[in-house]
Amino acid sequence: MSSSKSLSTNRNPGAHNIFAIAGVVIKEMYRRKDFYVLFALVILITLLLGSLNFFDDDRIVRYLKDACLLLIWLFSLIIAMTTTARQIPAERESRTIFPLLAKPVGRGEFVVGKFLGCWLACGISLLAFYFFFGVLCASREHTFSLLVYFQAMWLHWMCLGIVVALVLFGSVVFAAPSSNTTICFIVVLGIWFAGGHLHTVALQMPGLRGAIVSFIYYAIPHLEWYDVREFIVHDWGLIDWPAWVGASIYAILYTGAFLGCTWLVFRRRTLTV
Amino acid sequence: MEIHDLRVEFPSRELGQRSKLAVDGLNLKVSSGEVFGFLGPNGAGKTTTMNVLLGFVTATGGSASIFGVDVRQPIARQRIGYLPELTYYYKFLNAEELLRFYARIFRIPRADRERRISEVLKLVELDGARKRLIKTYSKGMQQRVGLAQALINNPDLLILDEPTSGLDPLGRMKVRSIIQRLKEEGKTVFFSSHELGEVETVCDRVGILHEGKLRVEGRVSDLVQKYQCNLEHVFLKIVEYQS
Repeated sequence: MSSSKSLSTNRNPGAHNIFAIAGVVIKEMYRRKDFYVLFALVILITLLLGSLNFFDDDRIVRYLKDACLLLIWLFSLIIAMTTTARQIPAERESRTIFPLLAKPVGRGEFVVGKFLGCWLACGISLLAFYFFFGVLCASREHTFSLLVYFQAMWLHWMCLGIVVALVLFGSVVFAAPSSNTTICFIVVLGIWFAGGHLHTVALQMPGLRGAIVSFIYYAIPHLEWYDVREFIVHDWGLIDWPAWVGASIYAILYTGAFLGCTWLVFRRRTLTV
Repeated sequence: MEIHDLRVEFPSRELGQRSKLAVDGLNLKVSSGEVFGFLGPNGAGKTTTMNVLLGFVTATGGSASIFGVDVRQPIARQRIGYLPELTYYYKFLNAEELLRFYARIFRIPRADRERRISEVLKLVELDGARKRLIKTYSKGMQQRVGLAQALINNPDLLILDEPTSGLDPLGRMKVRSIIQRLKEEGKTVFFSSHELGEVETVCDRVGILHEGKLRVEGRVSDLVQKYQCNLEHVFLKIVEYQS
């Protein structure tokens, strides 16, 4: 079949495709109501808590900051998980995956594009959440620790990167977005609350059982490391930069591992119309 | 577009069941500028063949190439346009944004991009609805926006899977006239359809697939002459339909 156009003109469109796919995911997030509802809820609950006064306690601001940060963590996890879990199943259900993959888009680019879109969407929502938090603190304490907030928000975002990659992997393993979201939510909360204690538990267990728990401790991504709310609530100052960089690298490695697994499962998957 | 001895087998999901042979030793060549009708009853293997051409399904055996490039390479899809059967495009986008997204994937330069979007929207008669969200479109409009996305890169080969399925007579006529126009522009069109009257009007050549095997292939006029009946009766004879 002859043609005036050459196939060699677009040999390396990888990054281009990834950003195009990510752009659609971001557009989806800001055109849906989910984020706005959760953002309004954070503001409403925080302001409601701020209007209360318990026994003229001076430390009320700390409780307010703690509650607001907890809400931000919880709602950002909900945004990350629900947005990511529906991406690939929705593409298959509405069949938009077919015209998309019928274009010069590799499956790896599709997976990375979806990840990037969800992760950037989470970043945008975190910016809004932390901006509100900053304004709240500045109005109550008349101080604004920009660098501390930046460190905390960055680590929060890196943690969401791991979560997004994990949920994306779940979306190619589990058939329904609801089961994927539920399982991933349990796993994430389990790691968040119990992950740090597994090593202690392993030391108290004899033999093989202890070895298995130790293995789990070293294998799971320690999401609890990224929860640095106490630094902000108790004004502990900056996190050590080497620890901050190390945590970022650790997140990148786990995110890469989950994305690699997603690609391995998805690359040979038969897609039937 | 060339297909050599293509074989597609789907493993059975149930234990002890034999795998299903969807396409069995298919050989096909579609030349440049040709409109080829790919016919067959439901389950004949038409869509599976298209899925192999588009890289959605990996063939068990044989090979397929588009413009001399193996279909397993994403670059093979640079010069093709594909319209799947009844797709519901991103409902949170409008037609213009949808086409801009696909145009970005083809790396159409920004200046050409807007011109091309306007061209295809005019061609599919959606220019007046370009700013409306796709979720507000009727079925016919959805199908036409699908056709617009298939044409955004000015493809040399169009693969259309039942392009008029589910459309009213007016919608069918519009899609048919677009295919006719593409034919006049020298585009190669490979399409499957159950509307044999439509195929007879539009296609240069047809191939009839039955139970995964290509039973007959040739010019519509030659087949009609050979079997001494219209295309519908040719089709029924090939698929061994007994009334």
